[in-house]
Amino acid sequence: MDITDDPRLLLLSPQDNVLVAREAIARGTAVMMGGSAVTLAIDVPRGHKVARAPIAPGDCILKYGAPIGIATQAIAKGEHTHVHNIRSNYTPTYFIEHGETTP
Amino acid sequence: MTAEITGYLRSDGRKGIRNVIAVAYLVECAHHVAREIVAAFRDHDVHLIGFPGCYPNAYAQRMMEQLCTHPNVGAVLLLSLGCESFNKFSLADAVAASGRPVETLTIQTQGGTRRTLAEGRAWVARHVAVLAEQTRVPMALHELVVGTVCGGSDGTSGLTGNPAAGRAFDRLVEAGATCIFEETGELIGCEDIMAARAATPALGAELRAAVAKAARYYATLGYGSFAAGNADGGLSTIEEKSMGAYAKSGQARISGLIKPGDIPPRGGLYLMDVVPDGEVRYGFPNISDNAEIVELIASGCHLVLFITGRGSVSGSALSPVIKICANPDTYRRMAEDMDVNAGRILEGEASLDEVGAEILARIVDTAAGARTASEELGHQEFILTYKTFEPIGPACLPNAA
Repeated sequence: MDITDDPRLLLLSPQDNVLVAREAIARGTAVMMGGSAVTLAIDVPRGHKVARAPIAPGDCILKYGAPIGIATQAIAKGEHTHVHNIRSNYTPTYFIEHGETTP
Repeated sequence: MTAEITGYLRSDGRKGIRNVIAVAYLVECAHHVAREIVAAFRDHDVHLIGFPGCYPNAYAQRMMEQLCTHPNVGAVLLLSLGCESFNKFSLADAVAASGRPVETLTIQTQGGTRRTLAEGRAWVARHVAVLAEQTRVPMALHELVVGTVCGGSDGTSGLTGNPAAGRAFDRLVEAGATCIFEETGELIGCEDIMAARAATPALGAELRAAVAKAARYYATLGYGSFAAGNADGGLSTIEEKSMGAYAKSGQARISGLIKPGDIPPRGGLYLMDVVPDGEVRYGFPNISDNAEIVELIASGCHLVLFITGRGSVSGSALSPVIKICANPDTYRRMAEDMDVNAGRILEGEASLDEVGAEILARIVDTAAGARTASEELGHQEFILTYKTFEPIGPACLPNAA
């Protein structure tokens, strides 16, 4: 596992355009990415992804160096990258919207 | 490696790491009676399995035969209502031919619940004593068949637990053991990199076709093999989940493709194709994790590695389940249900190789008789439902001869 500038964010493969949170990181935290600080707009739970660079609608999302989906809207650098802004190339993702905090 | 593996030698040459009495209901109508027989033997390896359907299904018939003659099984009691379509005669014949004690109790013939219960409990009590006299013989690491499954996956599964299990698989395959990974519905998106690891190009084409079949099947059903909790845990798409799940297979060359109930012909790494053949019928291929675990056991797995991020508590009937927790937060909340804490990798306390070595040591200890967390807690989940499969083609096992 390579580590980007902020050790809490993992870069799994050099081609990737997302980083994975090694631990939960609170909203408002400034994290270093490629030499510049980005302030997180939401709480990022452990195991979730943030954009490593700006992503345009229709761009392929790369994690582990492999395509894991397509951006459905523009995603800013440091923005939470998940079911609300990316979609599968195969089958739609089923999820339940709820107020329960992810443990 | 500390423990010496030993096993119960069966007539087909395979060895079992447990000596279970399987009590099997052959239709849901016999489920309660079977369960009440098993309940009287909580402190013994008496496990409940069965098939709920009243209509015939070749897959279920074959699965039950493979399960009742599994090396971990020492004796079998069959519970029939009497009018179901399941062929209890051929199942009993297959078990008897394997040299195991077998009895069939038909509730309609016995005269109802209480008489069947009394007869069944007496039979099990006698055979608990018979099996207790059987001795274990030495067993080599290469005689083990180990399966792997992941469930309750989250964004940590593909970072820690699954690749660590892959390291353990690599070492088992090097030692000549048989390893099986599965769930082609959770390999969608991995078909190219997986096919490149096939022993022959023709096998690579079969691996690709199996994943394409899964993608078609799930597209027809409208959902991927993806639960709401996967998204809560940070996974966004089926192909992201797949990349994490694929890491369980390690780096070894893939020796073959099998279907549920097929016994791999020799050591090596095998993919199990669990998605039914033909048109979509009977609903989702694997309605829950235990359906996959049962299929791995039917193909001879002595034990199963179960990697979880969200926190599964499942075990299984017949074969021990070793639970590997990928997420350190989950581990802290549910440590009593886990055997290995792979989440330490995320916290910088262990490497993938170290956790891989720990998993291998757990496999050896469990095969030597040590109880897993789910065994200690009494977990014996089991589920078997309707499916349809065609036999595998000749390209699937290129080195079988």
